[in-house]
Amino acid sequence: MRWTWFHRLASPPYLYGLAARLTPWFAWPAALLILGGLFAGLVLAPPDYQQGEGFRIIYVHVPSAWMSLMVYVTMGLAAAVGLIWRMKVAHAIAASCAPIGASFTVAALVTGSLWGKPMWGTWWVWDPRLTSELILLFLYLGFMGLRAGFDDTQRADRAGALLAIVGLVNVPIIHYSVIWWNSLHQAPSVLRFGKPTIPGAMLAPLLILLLGFTLFFAALLLVRVRAEILQRERTARWISETLSG
Amino acid sequence: MTPRQRRLGLVVGIIVGVSIAGGLALSAFRKHVTFFFDPSQVASGQAPVGESFRLGGMVANGTVQRAPGSLEVRFTVTDFAHDVPVSYTGVLPDLFREGAGVVAQGHLRSDGTFVADEVLAKHDEKYMPPAVAKSLKRRHGEARSDPGS
Amino acid sequence: MKAFLDMGGYAAFIWPAYGVTLAVLVLNIIWARGSLRRALETARRRSASSGGNS
Repeated sequence: MRWTWFHRLASPPYLYGLAARLTPWFAWPAALLILGGLFAGLVLAPPDYQQGEGFRIIYVHVPSAWMSLMVYVTMGLAAAVGLIWRMKVAHAIAASCAPIGASFTVAALVTGSLWGKPMWGTWWVWDPRLTSELILLFLYLGFMGLRAGFDDTQRADRAGALLAIVGLVNVPIIHYSVIWWNSLHQAPSVLRFGKPTIPGAMLAPLLILLLGFTLFFAALLLVRVRAEILQRERTARWISETLSG
Repeated sequence: MTPRQRRLGLVVGIIVGVSIAGGLALSAFRKHVTFFFDPSQVASGQAPVGESFRLGGMVANGTVQRAPGSLEVRFTVTDFAHDVPVSYTGVLPDLFREGAGVVAQGHLRSDGTFVADEVLAKHDEKYMPPAVAKSLKRRHGEARSDPGS
Repeated sequence: MKAFLDMGGYAAFIWPAYGVTLAVLVLNIIWARGSLRRALETARRRSASSGGNS
């Protein structure tokens, strides 16, 4: 196994240049998939036999919830790599993930609430799924708050990384909460063993949106990681060389 | 052991430790974090008496009765082993249906009726276009209507 | 068109849900680009003041 690619990625100037070149390759497909997926979800997908048109909230709720978890896993893994290999750019990636993840966790909670009011009959219940998702939001906010509490970037990196890694335990709890406990929230329709319980015409827009949101996250991360690297490496010579060149 | 291996061990140790602690705490709380009690638990006396709790199960087919001229509804919640009669006055959520899941908050009256203050509908994970649901129901109905009915 | 906007009576829930999600998508673009622009400005000012011979 050759590890040269890994060591090259760990070099801030290399990652900075790579991120700048890669951004449009993620951003434009993401924009097309999200706009197309939202149109398909709102217009092309048939209504549900029980929820009627109200089920269309699934097309913004599920991708947001997926983002909240996927971004957290990325953040936790990047934090672990940063801690183990003392890799500065991995900490920069983890720090870039937090605001993105927190915002999509809010979106997942709000859209879920807007679905729950007409369908369940309540905006909010202290159900295991809803409670663990709210804890996820507090983990993101705690991570950002903890980092902001340190003046020294290196100490902020290490303290934040420990919190992010501990919080990883919440991710499987969120996913399996609807299976382990009596819950008001329904079981997974797509990410489950066996066939999805949602037919193709309703599933296709959802899959398009899941891919679109994932690519959108990649594009956002590439932009944010450049800002983080610039801030961390502000005294390095390569920066003035890159900016003037 | 290199410093890097030591840090790797530390991270793995944290994850394993927190998972074990979390797993133990969750399994200890498992009974207490029950979001609702099902009719069998109510029948065996596990649900709190005289206190408010949540009752969950399926609305038994053919049991929903509406009192004319008021918002009072009576129905039976079942888990196919035991039944609990429920009385509720108020607006029902859109997904409330016979044969569908329901979670009701309220208390048990001494005559065994559950008086609900709030009724929430539980959604199953199935999605279907209405036309598919209709043809499915029709086929289902034909298959079942052979013998007695 | 009116029927589409009405969403079978769920308009009051569907449109806010889509609105919140779109707002989060757009705000993320603004925030990410803003943080990069600010970092670039700071870095440019710094390299200009140090005369490029740091």
